[in-house]
Amino acid sequence: MISILPLELRGLGYSAGGRRLLSGVTAPRRAGLRTIVLGPNGAGKSLLLRLCNGLIQPTEGDVRWSGGLDEADLRRRQAMVFQRPVLLRRSALGNIRYVLSLRGVARRLRQDLAEEALDRFGLGELARRPARVLSGGERQRLALARAWAVRPEVLFLDEPTSALDPAATLAVEIAVHDFHANGTKIVMTTHDLGQARRLADEVLFLSRGRLVEHGPAAGFFQAPATAQARAFLAGELMC
Amino acid sequence: MFDLAAAFSSAIALIAGLDAELFAIVRLSLGVSLAAVAIAAVIGLPLGAFLALARFPGREVVLVALNALMGLPPVVVGLAVYVLLSRAGPLGSFGLLFTPGAMVIAQAVLVTPIIAALGRQLVADLWEAYGEQLRSLGAPRLRVIGTLLWDGRHSLITVLLAGFGRAAAEVGAVMIVGGNIKGLTRTMTTAISLETSKGDLAMALGLGMILLAVVAAVNGAAFAAGAWARRVSG
Repeated sequence: MISILPLELRGLGYSAGGRRLLSGVTAPRRAGLRTIVLGPNGAGKSLLLRLCNGLIQPTEGDVRWSGGLDEADLRRRQAMVFQRPVLLRRSALGNIRYVLSLRGVARRLRQDLAEEALDRFGLGELARRPARVLSGGERQRLALARAWAVRPEVLFLDEPTSALDPAATLAVEIAVHDFHANGTKIVMTTHDLGQARRLADEVLFLSRGRLVEHGPAAGFFQAPATAQARAFLAGELMC
Repeated sequence: MFDLAAAFSSAIALIAGLDAELFAIVRLSLGVSLAAVAIAAVIGLPLGAFLALARFPGREVVLVALNALMGLPPVVVGLAVYVLLSRAGPLGSFGLLFTPGAMVIAQAVLVTPIIAALGRQLVADLWEAYGEQLRSLGAPRLRVIGTLLWDGRHSLITVLLAGFGRAAAEVGAVMIVGGNIKGLTRTMTTAISLETSKGDLAMALGLGMILLAVVAAVNGAAFAAGAWARRVSG
């Protein structure tokens, strides 16, 4: 199978209502690495993920995937976990079977794949439970299981733990590790610097809609090159 | 003379007497209205969902027109269906005029805009909440219609009940296209209208009470079904 990676962002930008929310983001996104997108609120982190996932069309530049696939096929190779996942009004199992059917998985295979994904995220017992009555942590694990079931090449996570308690946060971090170990490219935003240090191979640091720093995580955390990144890491209030 | 007690007693006498004619009327009323709602749902729900999701030039005009059609006067619909189904009309060869089939058609025309307009609003609200996630999952538009309607199923019951209420309560359309023929096309509302014009107010009121009870029973059943479904599927 041809990979859709590497992903290349070329002069990517987005404006709405006369405001430039993101501009001039140019960066290659290599396979294999876990990319953590950091930056203060309103820096354009979530917007960047949505542009990459194709949920929003850029107003400048482009998101260029390898492999020459059309938009629908590209979408099939990606998954996105939102801060607050939208789960359908059906069972936990039903939610996963639904996305498997969207991806064209044969009906007879769906049940096994869905159960396997639920088990992996410790949700096997809750398979028949309505997804809407699960706790916040369980819902996020279900969203991860739903992503797992479709075996994405790239997984985007937008602040996946910002509404979760420490135990649920740990479960998400372990999941990210598992995805990575299985060869899925990770692109994730977070507000939690400790989490960023634990998970990042490389960092994209955004500020005010611009890509300010971009490089290996170790270098970024030990010796940030810009005053903005230094201030951000030092926990200064930025606007 | 207006006498509530007499109305009550005639209602009770009708029910207690297991009046065959009364039961035939109730059955016809329910059957016609439920069939009309079923047809209107099959047309109106996908139409409403489509209008909620699609963007095309002139969409606003269509939406305003659809909302306006919720206020269609039943007699006007009855008249239009009458003209279509009458012997000389374009659909006259089917011989439907003055049959329950004609009444179902007329009520379906009345109810479809209600179900489409309310369904559109419901699906539009759901799309607000679900749209980004569903697009990220890669759901094609046609599939989204079914997904959202299914996820909104609890609220859709209320939409269908609004349509049923409209159908069960109206008299103008069924009167014109059905003709209020005893034993064939006489419904609760046309019977009430007839008894009133005959001056038998007690009988008319008694029938009215039974109609209210039937409508309440349908709503109660729908409520119970919805509550059960919520418990099961969250």
